[in-house]
Amino acid sequence: MGTPAQSFATKDELLTKPMGSNRFNRYARVHFSNKLFKFYALFSIFALCFVLGLVIFFIGKTALLTFQHVSVAEFFFSFDWTPEEGRFGAALFIINTLSLTALTLVIAVPISVGMAILIAEIAPTWFKNLVRPVLDLLVGIPSIVYGYLGLTVLIPFLREISGENLGDGLLAAALVLTLMILPTICRISDDAISAVPKKYRDAAYAMGSTRIQVIMKVILPAAGRGVVAAIIMGMTRAIGETMAVVMVIGNTAQLAKSFFSPTSVLTSNIVMQISNVDFDSPWNYALHMMAFLLLLISFALILFIRFLGRKGGDLT
Amino acid sequence: MSGFTRTPKITRSIRLNKIATVGFYTLGILVLTLIFWLLYTILSKGLPSLSWGFLTKLPEEMDVGGGIGPVLFNSFYILGISLALSIPIGIGAGIYMAEYAPKNKFTEVLRICVESLASVPSIVFGMLGLAIFASYFQVGLTILGGAVSLAFLNLPMLARVTEESIRAVPVDVRNASYALGTTKFQCIRTVVLPIAMRGIITGICLVAGRAFGESAVILLTAGLSTSGEMWDFNLFSPGETLAVHLWYVQSEAIVEDAKQIADRSAAVLVLVVLLINLLFRIPLWISNRKLKM
Repeated sequence: MGTPAQSFATKDELLTKPMGSNRFNRYARVHFSNKLFKFYALFSIFALCFVLGLVIFFIGKTALLTFQHVSVAEFFFSFDWTPEEGRFGAALFIINTLSLTALTLVIAVPISVGMAILIAEIAPTWFKNLVRPVLDLLVGIPSIVYGYLGLTVLIPFLREISGENLGDGLLAAALVLTLMILPTICRISDDAISAVPKKYRDAAYAMGSTRIQVIMKVILPAAGRGVVAAIIMGMTRAIGETMAVVMVIGNTAQLAKSFFSPTSVLTSNIVMQISNVDFDSPWNYALHMMAFLLLLISFALILFIRFLGRKGGDLT
Repeated sequence: MSGFTRTPKITRSIRLNKIATVGFYTLGILVLTLIFWLLYTILSKGLPSLSWGFLTKLPEEMDVGGGIGPVLFNSFYILGISLALSIPIGIGAGIYMAEYAPKNKFTEVLRICVESLASVPSIVFGMLGLAIFASYFQVGLTILGGAVSLAFLNLPMLARVTEESIRAVPVDVRNASYALGTTKFQCIRTVVLPIAMRGIITGICLVAGRAFGESAVILLTAGLSTSGEMWDFNLFSPGETLAVHLWYVQSEAIVEDAKQIADRSAAVLVLVVLLINLLFRIPLWISNRKLKM
């Protein structure tokens, strides 16, 4: 962006001649601050990348030590997590995390995409202006409070309607997570749906479609990629969420066989155990490996969203 | 009027349309009711029994009637330090991505970095803080460790909101300022940032609210205890925050009134987050009104 600075320079030269070095100082100062600020901005973005590097380095370094003590096959395929006796099979946590995420999405996607359609297509403006800030409120509630509510309100309720002794487990966790990822999915889908060009709608209405037909056959297919991206953003949140899950899931290292059996996922297991283990122990390494897995899953999902975005780019 | 006959198919479509509309509205009303009911439950359980003493007293291990003074203080203290660390860098990074970044492969990589960092689960930042401060520097669980780890968590979100707000500034104003002979920095400082400030401040409020209630990071890096004094500014004392205290009271505390303390703490947490989000926006609403008039 040299042009503005240059034009400044030529004007400044004219002014410098009669007024002496005082003006030149001002020019140099302005020019210098301009350069300095660019370096500052560049430094900031590098600092961000450095933090990402730190995360990968510190977690990855410790994580890879796991495989000096545990074989890769045991870590990924064994269901036996008895760290006291040196058996570190993380497969059950991985499967539990996946099934918890799947269950959450099954509940959350219809509700949040439905809300997004309601906000973007059906509701009048005043309703939109009411719902959007309210969803922001939902984002603002700390995850620990969600967990606490799950523990004190949701679990007794589940216990009552299901007749089980314990209410904690996959279903309780999935319900809490649903509430937490609802605003994320809803907001991004809302943006995607609002971005569908008006002419698509007009064309469909001109053909005599009813509103639900327009929504189902024109708008959702057109906004499809955006909605999928929204769902994946919700997924990354659900996979990485810790404190809300740990309070309602029961924290027992076993495979979830039903909606109501106490179990444990990657995040909840890490947070329950990491404070009590030695830093240089295979146990700690295995926990870091689990965190590293979480990292890899989130990165993969982010890359997938970018891939979707690039493919969607040439459509509009 | 009657060039239009209703075949059974059309009647069915119209009926389906009505049912769907009613269904969507029902869903919306149910969700809204659920949200308000949640807020009401949290606040109504804790707020009525809230007293000034509870907010300022020290927590008790054994006796009934402990307060949350030091943990509440730590919450604000850690939030303040983490924002002071992350706002300059986060905004700088956002400005770079919106104003300076050329369109090339390198920028793509930077963007992927920012997005990846934003997707890192908070527990992983906690483990990073634990690895850096407790194991590498050997300082144990401290306020400083908590604040720095929390700053890491804030960075990508701040960068993203800054970038979005700056991108929303129209090109015309920029061009006008360049035409007056400003340098890029002068243009950003005097034209772009003031216009984008509204969005940036809203973003900072959201980030601050999230950071205030963040527990996984603080639990691992600042610990489950306080130094036991009010107004302890020492960066190297343990720094349990209110969110972590809620976890502690719920899971490990043996005091008789643990339930009430947890209820009140949850209410205070939510109230503060709501206040952060409202208070900082009031000046913006006012200035926005003025602009419109």
